[in-house]
Amino acid sequence: MDTLIKLLKQNARLSCKELAAMTDMSEADVEKKIKEYEHSGIIKGYSAIVADDADEDSVTAFIEVKVTPKADCGFDDIAKTIMMYDEVESLTLMSGSFDLAITISGTNYKEIALFVAQRLSTIDGVISTTTHFTLKRYKEKGIFIEDEATDERGFVSP
Amino acid sequence: MMDYNKIISERCRILKPSGIRKFFDIAATMDGVISLGVGEPDFQTPWAIRRSAIAALEKGKTVYTANAGLMELRKSICSYIKRKVNVEYEPEKELIVTVGGSEAIDLGIRALVNPGDEVLIVEPCFVCYAPIVTLTGGVPVTIETKAENGFKLTAEELKKKITDKTKLLILPFPNNPTGAIMTRAELEPIAEVLRETNIMVLSDEIYAELTYEGRHVSITELDGMKERTLLVNGFSKAFAMTGWRLGYLAGPEPIVSQMLKIHQYAIMCSPTVSQYAAVEAMNSCDGEVVKMVNEYNIRRRWLVQALNEIGLTCFEPKGAFYVFPSIKSTGLSSQEFCEQLLYKHNVAVVPGDAFGECGEGHIRISYAYSLKHLMEAVDRISEFLNDLNKG
Repeated sequence: MDTLIKLLKQNARLSCKELAAMTDMSEADVEKKIKEYEHSGIIKGYSAIVADDADEDSVTAFIEVKVTPKADCGFDDIAKTIMMYDEVESLTLMSGSFDLAITISGTNYKEIALFVAQRLSTIDGVISTTTHFTLKRYKEKGIFIEDEATDERGFVSP
Repeated sequence: MMDYNKIISERCRILKPSGIRKFFDIAATMDGVISLGVGEPDFQTPWAIRRSAIAALEKGKTVYTANAGLMELRKSICSYIKRKVNVEYEPEKELIVTVGGSEAIDLGIRALVNPGDEVLIVEPCFVCYAPIVTLTGGVPVTIETKAENGFKLTAEELKKKITDKTKLLILPFPNNPTGAIMTRAELEPIAEVLRETNIMVLSDEIYAELTYEGRHVSITELDGMKERTLLVNGFSKAFAMTGWRLGYLAGPEPIVSQMLKIHQYAIMCSPTVSQYAAVEAMNSCDGEVVKMVNEYNIRRRWLVQALNEIGLTCFEPKGAFYVFPSIKSTGLSSQEFCEQLLYKHNVAVVPGDAFGECGEGHIRISYAYSLKHLMEAVDRISEFLNDLNKG
């Protein structure tokens, strides 16, 4: 992977100045390259990693879905149907004991339950669903959600 | 009334307090200060190493180890040295696990120096060598290095200072505070001079892993030098393990076996839990070290360029995590520069003369900080320089 993309994936708020130092490029080149990535759609967007307490009125669930693939287009057709729902945050085709993994957020448990019962399980080809509610997040994208590291080094070195 | 000044030994009383410490006592009392002064990694000890310390505690590994250190660790260290610089030491006889590199330096000097013996100290350098030499009754003899030589030791400078009383040369590379390193080609002429003599070398290689653009060369690799060198290294810098207090000294068996007595009487053995953790560091943490070194290297490249841009001439350091720019263009002394920078712009750096007189006209800036922190600090230093220019 391009170093610039790798760095942006870890922290999209790094300044062009910092990125330039880290990649040994000029600031102008960094800016140009990021623009290119955004235009060509390699970079799709940026988001913040937020602590749970900042997001109190939201419930997240992870849903395993088993489906019957279609003869002509495999999983793509059914995946496209599911991903069109706004509630669906991420959708991934998995290897293993189920096929599609959905992450979904709602304002409460009921909202997610209704989505599963009324929208998801009624789609043609969906065989079964298993819904797991998120209880607590510890780490996301390499970042600890609760503990923030502080610099405990004294002013004094020997 | 007790007159403590008369009670305290002469040798202790005449020791000067460290120039680094003095300066940061002031900084510690101020608010909003950004420090560039710390001489320890900003990374935490790799988790794998911390885990093995926890496991050692859980298993109740809380008793003394052998005086020279856990045999398992000594073996791991010897194979690490072999892997890094291709020099072989016998774990049974030629190595002591010490309480940090600091104890190894102390042991080396105490085991060799008689009152009146001269010890050559390459300056600028870390602050502990001369005081320890003084405590043994030895005579510290300074060899000054210069910015125009890249702060490297040359054979000519060395020859000039050798007398029939010279016992030991302290060779501190990669260097704190200058970041200078000695390449194989630069070490050869030094070895050439020493091979004709009985002078021993104490090679303080604590920053060996933090060598950029090429690998670290130890003087022990050179012909005839292993037998006249005490190799000092440790875990603090490379593995971000400062608080674990663990280092080692490797050297010729006749010296190591004698100095083991000092270690045994003064220390007993190095901390047991730290030793178990260090086994993990030696055996399976090369990847973590590479990650940290890459990070330091990014900061190093940026900082050198940024300092040169704002007008502080900066020779390119190839090792450790310090840059040592010249501040001569400001017309201020190192002390004045650091005091004004601290009081007016809240940035703490260390005056170069804390590392020996020839460090005057320079400041030490540590890059054991995040890029963001460094960028903010350099902005403030730049403002300070602009204010100075306006007069």
